[in-house]
Amino acid sequence: MTAAIDVKGLRKSFGPRKVVDGLSLAVQEGEICGFLGGNGSGKTTTIRLLCGLLTPDSGSGTCLGFDIIKQSEEIRLQIGYMTQRFSFYVDLTVEENLNFVAQLYQIPDREAAVKDIMVRMELDNRAAQLAGELSGGWKQRLALAAAVLHKPKLLLLDEPTAGVDARARRAFWDLISDMALDGMTVLVSTHYMDEAERCHRVVYLAGGKIVVQGPAVDVVENAHLVVFEASGAGIGKLVHQAREAKGIESATVIGQALRVVGTDRAVVEAAIAELKAPGVTWHDVPARLDDVFIHLLGTEEATP
Amino acid sequence: MSGFSVTRFLAMLHKEWIQMRRDKGTVGMTIMLPLVQLFLFGYAINTNPRHLPTAILSGGHSQYERDIVTALANTSYFDLREYNSEYEVDRALARGDIMFALHIPPNFERAVDRGDSPQILMEADATDPTAIAAAASALQVIVPTALTRDLPPNLHQSVVSAAPAFTVALHSRYNPEQITAFNIVPGLIGTILSFSTMIATTLAITREREAGTMENLLAMPIKPLEVMLGKIVPYIALGYIQVGLILVAAVFVFHVPVLGSIPLLLLCLGLFVGCNLAMGFTFSSLARTQMAAQQMSTFALLPSMLLSGFLFPFAGMPVWAQYVGAALPLTHIIRICRGTLLKGNGLADIWPDIWPMALFAMVVGLIAVRSYRQTLD
Ligand SMILES: Nc1ncnc2c1ncn2[C@@H]1O[C@H](COP(=O)(O)OP(=O)(O)OP(=O)(O)O)[C@@H](O)[C@H]1O
Ligand SMILES: [Mg+2]
Repeated sequence: MTAAIDVKGLRKSFGPRKVVDGLSLAVQEGEICGFLGGNGSGKTTTIRLLCGLLTPDSGSGTCLGFDIIKQSEEIRLQIGYMTQRFSFYVDLTVEENLNFVAQLYQIPDREAAVKDIMVRMELDNRAAQLAGELSGGWKQRLALAAAVLHKPKLLLLDEPTAGVDARARRAFWDLISDMALDGMTVLVSTHYMDEAERCHRVVYLAGGKIVVQGPAVDVVENAHLVVFEASGAGIGKLVHQAREAKGIESATVIGQALRVVGTDRAVVEAAIAELKAPGVTWHDVPARLDDVFIHLLGTEEATP
Repeated sequence: MSGFSVTRFLAMLHKEWIQMRRDKGTVGMTIMLPLVQLFLFGYAINTNPRHLPTAILSGGHSQYERDIVTALANTSYFDLREYNSEYEVDRALARGDIMFALHIPPNFERAVDRGDSPQILMEADATDPTAIAAAASALQVIVPTALTRDLPPNLHQSVVSAAPAFTVALHSRYNPEQITAFNIVPGLIGTILSFSTMIATTLAITREREAGTMENLLAMPIKPLEVMLGKIVPYIALGYIQVGLILVAAVFVFHVPVLGSIPLLLLCLGLFVGCNLAMGFTFSSLARTQMAAQQMSTFALLPSMLLSGFLFPFAGMPVWAQYVGAALPLTHIIRICRGTLLKGNGLADIWPDIWPMALFAMVVGLIAVRSYRQTLD
């Protein structure tokens, strides 16, 4: 297997702020790599460095075998980049926007390719609608359609499903999985845990550095989190008490259950022994990916 | 909710104030520009131009001739230079190298001495009637006194009496009736074009940047030159439609004569439009916001209007301002428009105004392509 992305020691600062701080990343061909991290952790900036939209202050590497600094023109030809902010012409229709993109990539059978992608993204009914008049989710679909139109070898998606409904999100991911099977590499940033779980591997960024990476199950396992859930009528009263308790990192009510997370089993068990209310019972439950990320976000704040 | 709320008004005011303070560049330009322009134009513009280039075609180098030349030079309106042939004088007048040409007939001295009161001919380029008006009246003033010192005593009498020693005939070339519209309308062609085309491209890149479409465009495989030409060519087409309309109006409404070749004029106008579009594109790439880009183009348009010879005579400006003017495409296209329409100038005559525009288009076009940033840094 060869690496579609292989970068080392990337750094980028805006003024005094180090936004990407010595980031090294390797993504294999055909891999779907999830890019996670809190707001402002440097996801968008890293993606821009990868496709040559920003020049790194230091560091080097390749995308699809091309040098990210010297050969960004070659890279541009073979990647699809979906920006976080909608970046199509609002005064052009869906079809006109796609045609424009298809022409820039000099796609051989342009009309068929545009038609095909519109059908796949269910955009065909809206072909003649102005892009500016699409609802948020439909705009995202147009953007994804444009990003994959030329069948890129590497797809960089920056929060592609923000604001997209559940069914369309599923369709997005089915499409992405299909294309990955055909050998396309995908780097996708997201804040959704279910999407992170669909990735072959997740990379968690904090302060411009990779903090944790690996398959979602491994990430959960290696975090060694202790999670308990309480159910019963009295949980509402226990939340605030739980948040104050020593050894409990987070306590939150999810539906009918109160979920507490900590790292040291003995301490957490001691803490929940104090959290008693009539009709409330505690169960030991497995940690989930979002527990891990909230845990990681918490440790970020603790270490400035 | 009804009525004017001071709180809401102050909130809006405060917000605008913050935004204005953040945009230091634009505010700085808004304050500095008028000052720069005031000094620039205050010193450069002179509606009563002196030292107008004037040719002398000698009729035989007599003392009288020298007297006339001295008298003319003393008015400070004329800068005289000797030419050797009618042909040369004609070309120089057509090109605009000279604005006046003084023809002294052969045997002038003898005719004066005989008391024949001979006539000398002053040809004037009347394409810009206001530029030559003051000089033309100064010309008549010298007639009675120019030769006083050297005339033989017997002729002194006749100077003060009815018949002067000689007379001057002023012959207005190109625009004999000195119709101002003939001067203004050809000048307007270039001026209007530079406004419409430059403002259009000035927004070309900044608009993409502000709308966020730039990021996507940059990530796709398109080269700067392709972006530039793609954005410029539609406006060249638009520019030609404007040119067509203006020319038709100039001819049929203002009755501006068309003595030269229209295809040649159209070609030159195309080059001129190219100059402006390249300039607009450059501003657009350099500016961060649409506002800043617009200010830059205003900064370029105003000197074009004022230093190009469109509103005020070029010859009346100090030398440094003439250099500034010579760098501006508008200066040249105005000369070309006036030259081809009013004087019937051909390629050879307007060439001195074509190559500076071509050079400008090339240099600025290169800057435009270079200043187009291919990254978001
Ligand atoms: N052009 C810029 N100038 C100055 N600072 C910038 C610029 N672009 C990004 N930043 C800063 O860099 C940091 C990282 O931004 P980035 O957009 O990469 O984060 P992100 O991980 O994509 O966040 P989000 O999840 O909110 O999209 C932020 O603190 C941001 O303020
Ligand atoms: Mg982002």
